[in-house]
Amino acid sequence: MSRNYDNRERDFDSEDEGMPAGRPAERDRRGGGRGGRFRRRKVCRFCVDKVDIIDFKDVKLLQNFIPERGKILPRRISGVCTAHQRMLAEAIKRARNIALLPYTAD
Amino acid sequence: MAENRVYEVVFIVDTDTSDEDLTRLTENLRGIVTDQGGTITKSEVMGRRQLAYKVGRKNEGVYVLFEIEGTGREIAELERRMRVSDQVLRYLTVRVDEDRRRAEKLKARRARKAAKRPFANAASAGGGRAAASSASNESRDNEA
Repeated sequence: MSRNYDNRERDFDSEDEGMPAGRPAERDRRGGGRGGRFRRRKVCRFCVDKVDIIDFKDVKLLQNFIPERGKILPRRISGVCTAHQRMLAEAIKRARNIALLPYTAD
Repeated sequence: MAENRVYEVVFIVDTDTSDEDLTRLTENLRGIVTDQGGTITKSEVMGRRQLAYKVGRKNEGVYVLFEIEGTGREIAELERRMRVSDQVLRYLTVRVDEDRRRAEKLKARRARKAAKRPFANAASAGGGRAAASSASNESRDNEA
């Protein structure tokens, strides 16, 4: 499972989205494992785009936040801010209900 | 109820229903809403789509979207009808007026903020302070 998220992180990396900036200790630990690559602080992409409503019908957008398994991507990986993560989670759950997104995927 | 509520209703129709049956069904449902005193502000067939999982042994469905303005009573009736109908595989109603109002407010606040600081430069952008305190900004830069 954690491997999924690792994949995801690498994806984000290649898309130039930056890396998570947790507490300093955490950052050091994570940095140590990955050969001292430079990591930027993540910014919430919804805040950057000034998104106020996350529509549950926007499958293309929501798909970015569900890894293969179909789970909701934690914000420590994606860098989404708390408020937007809440809206995002709600939208994903609505989309699941109406069969736009899977509850589980294998 | 002083103010009307706005709802978004999405429902999935069985792909086995013919085009005319589909229009008849949507017309029917629309009639129910208007009978109950609601108004349909948007009615859109989003089209045939693969379902993310099987619903009643179906893999595909036609998605239809209604945007309804009303008191909430017409929603109850509409949902009851959709539950009974064999052609409607699933439906989802979301109240959107509150979220939209909130979004409007945030938008207005952003506009106000932007108007307040027309000369905001890179130095003061991160601090979230008024442009008037440019002197303190400078000193902060020196420290950093």
